[in-house]
Amino acid sequence: MAISEQELAIFRAIGKNEKRAIESVYSENYGLIQHFVIANNGNEDDARDVFQEAMIVLYEKSRSPEFELTCQIRTYLYSVCRRLWLKKLQQARRMETPVEGLEKLIPVEEDLEDHDKLNAQYLTMRTAMGKIGEPCKSLIEAFYVHRKNMHEIASFFGYTNADNAKNQKYKCLMRLKKLFFAQYKNN
Amino acid sequence: MDQAHLAEAVERYLKGEMDPQERHAFEEARKNNPELDQTVVEYQFFFDEMERYGTIRRFKSNLYDTHHTLQENGQIKDLHLPASTRILNMWTKYRRVVAVAASIAGITALLISGMISIFSPNRPIRDLEELRRKVSNLERQSSNQRAEINNVKSKIAPGTDVRFGGTSFLIDPKGILLTSAHVLNGAKKVYVQSNDGVDYLAEIVHQDEASDLAILKINDEEYTAPRSLPYGISRNRSELAEPVFTLGYPKDEIVYNEGCLSSKSGLQGDTMAYQISIAANPGNSGGPVFNRNGEVIGIISTRQASANGVVFATKSNNIYGLLEAIKKDASDVNIKLRPYSSLRGTSRSEQVKKVQDHIYMVKVVLS
Repeated sequence: MAISEQELAIFRAIGKNEKRAIESVYSENYGLIQHFVIANNGNEDDARDVFQEAMIVLYEKSRSPEFELTCQIRTYLYSVCRRLWLKKLQQARRMETPVEGLEKLIPVEEDLEDHDKLNAQYLTMRTAMGKIGEPCKSLIEAFYVHRKNMHEIASFFGYTNADNAKNQKYKCLMRLKKLFFAQYKNN
Repeated sequence: MDQAHLAEAVERYLKGEMDPQERHAFEEARKNNPELDQTVVEYQFFFDEMERYGTIRRFKSNLYDTHHTLQENGQIKDLHLPASTRILNMWTKYRRVVAVAASIAGITALLISGMISIFSPNRPIRDLEELRRKVSNLERQSSNQRAEINNVKSKIAPGTDVRFGGTSFLIDPKGILLTSAHVLNGAKKVYVQSNDGVDYLAEIVHQDEASDLAILKINDEEYTAPRSLPYGISRNRSELAEPVFTLGYPKDEIVYNEGCLSSKSGLQGDTMAYQISIAANPGNSGGPVFNRNGEVIGIISTRQASANGVVFATKSNNIYGLLEAIKKDASDVNIKLRPYSSLRGTSRSEQVKKVQDHIYMVKVVLS
């Protein structure tokens, strides 16, 4: 099936973290996933976790130059969620036969393997961030997560000027790098 | 250049923030200093990861906000589970607890029943009686005498050890009879005796232990096939409390009994059988169970020894299954069943009168 221009535009916008695209995909597909998870022994929180993880897979795929969207976003999300949730059920040893809907399915095993790899790296970084301590953590988050510039950071954290804040940021980064690679080798 | 400055330089280099001159110098330094080169590669990986970590965190917070907004706008609602799912969830949750409780209950029950069986007087264990008849010497004598009196020459040579008896009935006028499989256990030879006391030699066509059904074929020149059978073999399921009757040979004369269908399953929920409340005795095995329309709904097989009037009959739809099996391994036997009865609407005594000639006693010779 040819994917409409509109669908592709939304898909690309997801990779750019555009709020409106996220909102439209979210509101159109959440109900379907919610229903699937709850019909298969999950609760509201499970549904949200599974859906949001699938959204992250979609985001990663949108940013990956090799990936090409070959089906509706809805089909992709449903296939990913189904796989994720069944995996979770298996891990919890409560394997029941899944209640099947009428939704189309596509194979997503390879995509999820890629995602697992990326997710492992994400978790490695998160662990390292957890170990670095304050004020380094907030400083680095302010710059890399919240995208504040050095002037804003300097005034927020009380440094006399941006250069001092920058200096401090690099000292923190060096520590974080050590922690990250130590953690990375452990895995 | 200290480490902090190095980190800054690498980041600027990777982000392309260096001016061409600086960039050139940096690349020269990388070439000439393998250690620096290695550090740059490490930083490159680290900064990429840092960058990705940042973007995923932003995306996640965006997802979180979106969920929140949509929930507030009522575009996402909590699903209220149907009751069954909720119970299923509870079952999943408490399965272990239930399992532990059940095994404790089970062990207790086993202990108690063990104690009861130790302290209570012994009773015969076998609870199920097969309703085939052991023909006693006395009965054999009397039957021989009667046969002579009736001046009907028995084909069974005098002195032949007839051990077991049961009942069978025609399902095809060509001389195809249906009976219980257990009636024929260990049979060397099988005779069937008609209502008017004539013996015919029969052969076993098929015996199926699972459904306790067997098919016999009369292999005797003297047998004259009736034009048709008045009764049919029901394909349908019968309902509880349906009045039923049976004809059989618990003694040498045909015996009529009536009762009702008391359960749609047999011993321990066996769905191949009905439970029937009827007086049946050894010799009734293999006898047809008729409903009020004169259709065969079952074949009497066993009774519960510890209870009164609890008789189990194989459901008649198993006959159709049996015939399918026969088609496969004995293709020369062509059996046609009629599903409908021509006895509908006639009185019971009239039905019995028409049916009784098609019901045969089975005599099994073991040696």
